[in-house]
Order: sequence, then structure tokens, then C-alpha cells
Amino acid sequence: MVNLLDNYFGMNAQSVLVRSKRAELLASNIVNADTPNYKARDLDFKKILNSSMETGDVKPVSTQATHAAHFTVNDNNNFSLQTKYRIPEQPSLDGNTVDSHVEKSNFAENAVRYQISLSMLDTKIQGLISTLRGE
Amino acid sequence: MSLFNIFDLAGSGLSAQNVRLNTVASNLANAETVASSPEQAYKSRQPVFAAKYQDELNMLNNSASVGLRTAGIVESQAENTSQYQPGNPIANEDGYIFLSNVNVIEEMTNMMSASRSYESNLEVLNTSKDLILQTIRLGRL
Repeated sequence: MVNLLDNYFGMNAQSVLVRSKRAELLASNIVNADTPNYKARDLDFKKILNSSMETGDVKPVSTQATHAAHFTVNDNNNFSLQTKYRIPEQPSLDGNTVDSHVEKSNFAENAVRYQISLSMLDTKIQGLISTLRGE
Repeated sequence: MSLFNIFDLAGSGLSAQNVRLNTVASNLANAETVASSPEQAYKSRQPVFAAKYQDELNMLNNSASVGLRTAGIVESQAENTSQYQPGNPIANEDGYIFLSNVNVIEEMTNMMSASRSYESNLEVLNTSKDLILQTIRLGRL
């Protein structure tokens, strides 16, 4: 049954998860728009969605420890391994690469797409309910 | 849920920008103060921002949310200009007083930048709040 529901909700459920992660990342960028040496980051949505569709979780590449002294880099939140640094259009002197306008528009777009996924999910839930009721 | 982390993030941004607005306010308030020696004269104060990682050890690879903190407040090293005012009661024996080294134009632009950043942090906060509320209502008629 659980698997059936997972298949039913499919990509929309995963996309809500990945979108919320991306919102967090973009919010970090906006918050640090004035921080010296902060580098703006983003993630490749399509790639992460594909990998999370396979594993069923927002979970990406893992690293291998080939030596006893190696640190494990992905203990609790390994999703960030897939984040990429933005290439700045206008790098500033203090080493900050956040372009506030780009981040804001990305954040807004991400929020709207989150809402789209939510309303898709909502439609599916409504469909499920009306099927169960046999209306 | 990562949307809740945005509250912490934006909150840290709001408080850091608030510190910045506070320093601007005290700098502007003291822009016209005078003293009888360069050491006593008011020095403009500037906050230093730094990224706040949830986990300092894994900061390069292990956090999606990076907050903002004020690493410290430094005093400007710019020279305090002196002015010849022998009639001033706090003038030194040569008749000079020392002005604060606050650059009012710099402070005004600083203030505008801080208030813009404050606004965008607030906007992020509001958007995340809306998203969370919509998620809670998921599946209801």
C-alpha cells in the first residue's frame, strides 16, 4: 500500500522535498548577501530530483573513505554534496559572489514551483478521496 | 523539514542587519561630537559580518543553511580631523578640538543597504511561512 501511494504521488512528492531544500539554500544566499567571502550556492534541481526518485530520498553521491584517517563528509545531511557554487557575473572586492537580484528571483521562482507541486499533490489527494468515497 | 530552517536563517540575518542599523544610528548620533584629543574623539563603529555554519567542522560540505552572524564590531582607523577653535571650552592647550571620524555619506549608504537587506530577509521569512502553511493545509477541502 505504501509503495502504491508512493507511486501515485510520484514525482510531485519528491519535488516538494527538493524544492524545500533549494529554498533553504537560496535563503542562505540572500541572508549572506553582505557577508565578506561568502560564495553563493545552488543545486541542480533536475539531477537531484532524478537521483531522489531512484533512492526515494533527497540523498545523493556519497564519498568513500579509503583511508582510516579520512573524514566522513556526509553524516546527516549529505544532500549538500550536490550543491554547486555560482559563477559570479560581477564579483565584488570583498569576495562575496551573491547577486541579490538573481537569488531573489530564483527564490520566488522556487516558491511558485513548490506551490505548483503542492497543488498537484492536492489534486491527487482529492482524486484519491473521491475514489475512496465512490462518488 | 528544511523550510523551518529558513526561519532560523532569516532570523539570524534580521538580527545581524539590526546590529548594523544600530551602529549606523550611533555613528550618526555621534557624528558631531568633539573631544580634546584624538584618542578621546569618537571613532566610527562598523560591524563585521561572517557566515554562521550549523556545524563548523563540516562547514564546507555539510550544510544547506548558512546563517549570518556579527563576528565583531571594529572601530574605524580613519584619522580624526582637528579644528582650530580656541574659544571652545574643551579645546586643548594649542586651541584645537578633534572631530569624530564618522563619514556621514558612508553611514547613509550603509543604512540604506542594511534596510534593503532587512527587507529581503523579511520577504524570505514571509514566503517560507506561506509555503509551510499551505503544506499544512495539504489535502483539505
